[in-house]
Parts: sequence; C-alpha cells; structure tokens
Amino acid sequence: MDLYEFQGKEIFATVGLPVPRGMVAATPEEAEAAAAEIGGRVVVKAQVQVGGRGKAGGVKLADGPAEARAVAEQIIGMDIQGHTVRRVLVEEASDIAREMYAALVLDRGAKKVLAMLSGIGGMDIEQVAHEHPTALSRVWVDPLAGWSDYIARRLCFDAGLGAELVRPMGEVFTKLWEAFTRYEATLVEVNPLILTGDGRLVALDSKFSVDNNSLYRQPEVAAMRDVEAADPQEQMALERGVTYVKLDGDIGVLGNGAGLVMSTLDVVADAGGAPANFLDVGGGAKAEEIVSALEVITSDPKVKVIFFNIFGGITRCDEVANGVLTAVEQMGIAMPIVVRLDGTHDVEGREILAQAAVPNLYVEATMLDAADKAVALAAGREG
Amino acid sequence: MAILIDKDTKLVVQGLTGREGSFHALRNRAYGTQVVAGVTPGKSGQDVEGIPVFDTVNDAVTATGADVSLIFVPPRFAADAMYEAIDSGVRLIVTITEGIPTHEMLKVYNYLRAKGVAMIGPNCPGVISPGKANVGIMPPQVFLPGGVGLVSRSGTLTYQIANELTQKGLGQSTAVGIGGDAIVGSSFIDILACFQADPETKVIAMVGEIGGNEEEQAAEFITREVTKPVVAYIAGFTAPPGRQMGHAGAIISGTSGTAGAKKEALEAVGIRVGVNPTQVASLVQEAMAEL
Repeated sequence: MDLYEFQGKEIFATVGLPVPRGMVAATPEEAEAAAAEIGGRVVVKAQVQVGGRGKAGGVKLADGPAEARAVAEQIIGMDIQGHTVRRVLVEEASDIAREMYAALVLDRGAKKVLAMLSGIGGMDIEQVAHEHPTALSRVWVDPLAGWSDYIARRLCFDAGLGAELVRPMGEVFTKLWEAFTRYEATLVEVNPLILTGDGRLVALDSKFSVDNNSLYRQPEVAAMRDVEAADPQEQMALERGVTYVKLDGDIGVLGNGAGLVMSTLDVVADAGGAPANFLDVGGGAKAEEIVSALEVITSDPKVKVIFFNIFGGITRCDEVANGVLTAVEQMGIAMPIVVRLDGTHDVEGREILAQAAVPNLYVEATMLDAADKAVALAAGREG
Repeated sequence: MAILIDKDTKLVVQGLTGREGSFHALRNRAYGTQVVAGVTPGKSGQDVEGIPVFDTVNDAVTATGADVSLIFVPPRFAADAMYEAIDSGVRLIVTITEGIPTHEMLKVYNYLRAKGVAMIGPNCPGVISPGKANVGIMPPQVFLPGGVGLVSRSGTLTYQIANELTQKGLGQSTAVGIGGDAIVGSSFIDILACFQADPETKVIAMVGEIGGNEEEQAAEFITREVTKPVVAYIAGFTAPPGRQMGHAGAIISGTSGTAGAKKEALEAVGIRVGVNPTQVASLVQEAMAEL
C-alpha cells in the first residue's frame, strides 16, 4: 500500500524527522485558511500517488492566502496521469541550499534492506544513477543486525559528502530506519532531502510504501487507506475480501489461483480480447463465494462476457460446476458465461453443466478454447 | 532420486491438529509420505489418526527423527513456528501459510541461511516428488513420475502445467512451488541448482510471473551453471504497473519486474519461453525429444 506525501510526512514527524510545516486541504477555502495559518510564502502540492506532478503543474508557489486559494482552485480536480487530485498539501516554502536524496528499500533480490544516499537530489534517482554514478552510495543492511551508525558514515563518505554532514545525516538515517521498521515499510524515499540556508536537513517530499501483509498489526497505517480514491468495483471487492484488480476491457475474468488468473488474462489478450479485471476466487467451489465474485465483476458496466477459468486440484470440478449453477440461477445473469473446467473430476463437472442446459453458459475443456470462445462472444461473433 | 523430498523423508507437521493441517497431512500420508509427527503445544500424547502429536518440534525430531517440517500455522504465529523449526534440527521447512509480514520474512530468511537450513515458501503449495512423497497441498492426481523438474511461483499454474505435461506422458522428477511472496526461502536459482545436480531430472520447466528480478537472476545463473535444457513461462503480460496481482510478490514496481523484461532476459540466453501453459508443455516435449 502506497501512502500520500502528507501521510508519509506525518510518519516522519512522528519519528522526529524534520518536515516543513504544512496542512492538508480538500477545497480552495481550506487551502486559503491553511496558508493564513502558516503565514508567508507557501507551496501548494497536489496529493497524488504518481510521479511527474511538478511537470504537470501540480506544484505551485503562492504568496499569501488569496494566491494559495487561487492556485488550489487550479490544482484540485486536475488530472495527473489518470489520477484525479482530491487534496493538496499547503506547506511553508523552504529555503533550499542543496537538494539530496535518501532512501531505504526492501531489496527482494538481496533479501536485505538497501540504504541509499546521493548528494544530488530533486530528480529521478535512476537518472542520477545513470548520469552521476559516483554521487550515489549504497549499503545493504542485514535485517538481523539492524541499523548501525557506521552505515550512515559510509553512505556519506562514499557519496562524497562533506564531513560536516556526517553527523546530521546519521540522525536522518536513524529516524528513517525507525520509520521503516516501526511501520513495516517496503520503501521510504526522501527526494529531495534538502539542506536549508541555515544548515538544517529537512524532508521536502516523501514516498512511503508499506507491506500489505503487515496491515493487520499496523492499524495507524491501515487507517490511511484511501477508500474514496479506489474505483467502485475495487471498493466493493475490498469490502467483500475479494482479490480483484480493475482493468479496462470487456471480458470479466475469474479463476482459482493468482498465477492461473494472470495467465488467463494473457491468454485472453493473445486471443485478441481485452480483460476487464483480475479476480482470484481461491478455492472457489462454494456458491456464495462465486456469487460474491460475480457480483463484483458484473457491477462493471463494461463487462459483456464472463470467463470463469477453473483448474481443479483439491477443489473438484464437479463441486465447482454445482457452485456455478447455483450462482447463475440465483443472480439471473443474462450475459454469456464461458466456463472452463479442467483437472480433478473435470468430465463430471462438464457433464453437470451440459445437463443443466443453461442457454448463456458455454463449457470448454481447455483454457485456449475457452479464451477464443469468450473473445468471439465479446466481439459479437457468436452467441 | 528427485530433489528435496523422497521416500525416506520423515515429515513433522506444525499445526497438525488444525483443520487445514490435518486435512492435508492425511492426504500427504495417503500418498505415501512418511508423516511421523505433529506439533501442537499442550497436546502431546494425542494423535491424529495415528500420527503422534508433540508439544515442541524439538521433541518431535528427537522422538521420530523427522527431517522435514511442514508449517500450517496462521500468519501471526508463522515466524515463531519457522524459528522453532530452524532451531530444532530439520534440514528443510515447507511453509504453506499466506500473509506473513515481509519484515518477519526478511529476518527469518537471513537466520535460516546462516543456519544452513533450506525452506520452500511461504505462500506456496509445497513440494511433490511424484510416486515418492507429497509435502503440502498439491493435488497428486495431476502428477506422474518422470524426468521433468518443475519449479513455479504459482500453485494452480503449476497444476495446470503439470497436467498438460502428464497428458503428454511427460512425468516429473519433482515439482516445487517456491511461493508467491516477495521474500521466499528458496529462489529459482536454489531449485535450479538442485535439478541440475539430480540425475533423474532431464529437462527443467520454470514458471515465473511479474515482480522482482528472480527470473532475470535465474537466466544469468542458467548460462553459468545449468547444462540441462530449460523451458520457461512468465505470467502477467497484461498486468498494470503498481498493482498487486493476487500474490504479494506479483507487482511491477515502476518499470522493473515486467513480464516482457523477464521474457527478454530468458530468451537472450537461449531459453525457450512459451506464450501459454499449453505451449510450455509442447516445448518441454521438444526439449525431451532433442536429448
């Protein structure tokens, strides 16, 4: 789960990492009030979970409350790479002497935490790594040993920062580590980390991602989930505990197992179709689970055809077939449903569906035939 | 031969008295696996259809000589269960549990590596050496003994591909579901090394998906260390960036972890990559015929 800049900064403030004074505003009026309270020159920043907002015009300076209101009017409601801006962060303008970069990343390959520091910041770090490779230093931290002060020293000296920055940078990293571990992050990035005219290190931006598996024991972070920003189907899926990802096609896809469903989406695309979603029903035999999943899928008005891909393992295809029939009958779905049943008791399962003779139910034995069928039905070539 | 588990494997099940634990442990035993013990604290002296239950893994190992542990405990207790297994002298741990916090896994991983214990999972379907032993939740009826080593990040996709292989008469030496989490005990590389060393394995099928760079690392490892033919499949070409596709580890971060990049890395070193599971089985058949 990704946090907004203002949420990441709330966490920074909690662990004692300096951030500019700021307030969140959802309306131009709130932005005006925030600017009045902060006083002086402010920056109005679009809160979206996507890069490049500066270039898109989502970050603007304002001299005083009236200008902050005018600027917020422009930014709120703006579309930045498909993300609608619903809130802005109004912050005191900072006196920037130098822009740097600091990050802690969970390195999946190394199975360690990667700490990074660069004396050049404020731009994409991949660009820094490419254009100024010696400016970026890296140290991999053993999670069993945890943080140690030498790591920050080495990061500083390796990045070629002056000795005067070693101590304050050590404090910054100690706090970043505290935030990273206490909130079970997978990424904490400060870009830019600025040195102010009066010599203080301040986190001017925040990119903060937390591990979804830890949310059950991170209530503060879990409460930061932005339910309103989610698409209606995704919101519905979240409420029902259904594993669903919205895509933009017209073939609703569900199946048992994440890998199999991902593969199903690819096979549909290869057959010339456009999947509407990813949905993993897990074990997937019980009628009520199938109903719950199908209700999420069919609430998307774009969906024209449903493709239910089941490989029976311990879950038997005959049980799934009965579940599908109950669900279809109960919901009265009129659109075509292609069901592929393969694996344990597949012959029996297909026989149950054939016997039921539901006119809009098409039964296939292989994933590829079923995908072709679903694509043809969606294109109106069959039905 | 086969890898990781065989007829001599002695299995202890942590969480045996739970619903999932007993269901699958009894299935594993019915397949022929020696399920010698279960562990549930406070329930020593009891048994589950003849499988004795112990209070600690240490007691179970001491009394029965168990060398592999299968873990079914809920996410919040799983790290503790893994540490207990690591410290009790088993050589291999198979963790089925889904949803273990990643920070816990980071520590467990580094601890078990330091202790020289191997682990499959978490968030995995387990391991099966067809005709010999089944440890985990895989449906044995789709597998057949033979010479294909199968390794995958996904459960049902493993069954799908194993079934297609079996229908072509291509059996498997061992099938390993390494798990769908960001941090798992064994990577593709660890399993590829086992298959390379296993005389029974003739061809290797590797089933990857979006997220991380393990497939890319595997491609590099294969060029250096693997002389057996490898066929691959990658799921998730249609996955949008930044979205978790069911598995905790299946997420494209920025531009890294895409299916396209993985396919490219594998093909660049001469590995055949199938466009769908059916084609993977055909490519394995071709590779077998070329031997």
